[in-house]
Amino acid sequence: MFNYFANPRRFMKLATVLSPWLAGVTLVLAAAGLYLGLFASPADYQQGETVRIMYVHVPAAWMALFCYVGLAVSAAVGLIWKHPVADVAARATAPIGACFTFLALLTGALWGKPMWGAWWVWDARLTSVLVLFFLYLGYMALNSAFDDPQRGSKASAILAMVGLVNVPIIKFSVDWWNTLHQPASIVRMDGPTIHPDMLWPLFLMIGAFTTYYLWVLMLRMRRELTETRLRARRQIQAEEARA
Amino acid sequence: MTGFRAILMRDLRLALRQGMDSAMVVMFFVIAVVLFPLGVGPEPNVLARIAPGVLWVAALLSVLLSLERLFHTDFEDGSLELLALSPPALEVVVLAKVLAHWLITGLPLIIAAPVLAVLLNMPADGFGLLLLALLLGTPTLSLIGAVGAALILGSRRGGVLLALLILPLFIPVLIFGVGAVEAAIGGFPARAPLLLLGAVFAGALALCPWGAAAGLRQALE
Repeated sequence: MFNYFANPRRFMKLATVLSPWLAGVTLVLAAAGLYLGLFASPADYQQGETVRIMYVHVPAAWMALFCYVGLAVSAAVGLIWKHPVADVAARATAPIGACFTFLALLTGALWGKPMWGAWWVWDARLTSVLVLFFLYLGYMALNSAFDDPQRGSKASAILAMVGLVNVPIIKFSVDWWNTLHQPASIVRMDGPTIHPDMLWPLFLMIGAFTTYYLWVLMLRMRRELTETRLRARRQIQAEEARA
Repeated sequence: MTGFRAILMRDLRLALRQGMDSAMVVMFFVIAVVLFPLGVGPEPNVLARIAPGVLWVAALLSVLLSLERLFHTDFEDGSLELLALSPPALEVVVLAKVLAHWLITGLPLIIAAPVLAVLLNMPADGFGLLLLALLLGTPTLSLIGAVGAALILGSRRGGVLLALLILPLFIPVLIFGVGAVEAAIGGFPARAPLLLLGAVFAGALALCPWGAAAGLRQALE
């Protein structure tokens, strides 16, 4: 399976089949999640209606971490086994992850203003997510900073793995430092502490964000592989014209 | 071990012969710190309040300034390839070069810091901790920076890129370094931030030579 998809052509075939399915699942999950989250779920007893930002904020934050781990893993696979499709996957993941991180920061600011009275506080969770955003930007900048794309993907793969130390810091920042951001309430040893009426729309939205990521990932990877093929064809044409 | 010493002595000798080059980092540090009283105003209370943070941020930027040259000159003139072919492992080469870099840039910063702290009117309780925190923090900066310096070899606009790659990774050192000094000034125990600084240093010492060596290897391919 692992070696099977090292061939870009096979991967393209699979991606073409999967993309519409992923798009459909994303739409269904998002519609259900948004309906349950925005209309059917109760308002919070303390936070009122603003709690509904959660249904975008939490999935975005979750995807910010998920994409980074995906980025680092595919970068490592590309670096160690010289897996060409893994390299493409890492390159395609970075901008998506950066967008999710930005969305998490933005919705966090929108939520923070009515709850904490400030758009931004320098708490451990917020700061470490901001660092994550810079790591994505650094990865993309390093990736495109070399004339030889091979060098770029290798150098940035090492950077992606170095930046992985930030992921556990983000996850546990709310437990290690007692700051303004509320502690974890879903992934806990003693089970989630959210009422099921809110947990279900949240899970649906997380599912929708995840399939959305996979969908966009397939689109970006297909585009990039097509571009590579076009470039190769043009090169051959140019050489033939010269000969 | 002989290889380690030989590389260390070579880098130190090179830095001493070039004279001004290594002094430039300390000069940048001094000038950057001096800009703050001019920018924020000479109010003693305000300066005393921001002194630990100003010193640490200026130290971070000065180390960053010197990092681009850590491997670059050796990469340009081809001696990096010879170093990679020499008997000691590339990780050991990296460690020797990082130690030389710290001796040339980190140590002068630590010596200059108390003088600048006096200029900034920092309370005397913080001086010992400032030195201790810098002593733990600056080698960490050199180690983390070595990874970035190895990765940007042969890239376009390496210097600006290095800042984008490395400054986010410097943030823990900054937070705990300032935390230690501020705890000492406020009369709280500074043990926890110091231990965390030590932990970051130990982790960087164990992992960064590998990362930097991997970066160098793919630059030399």
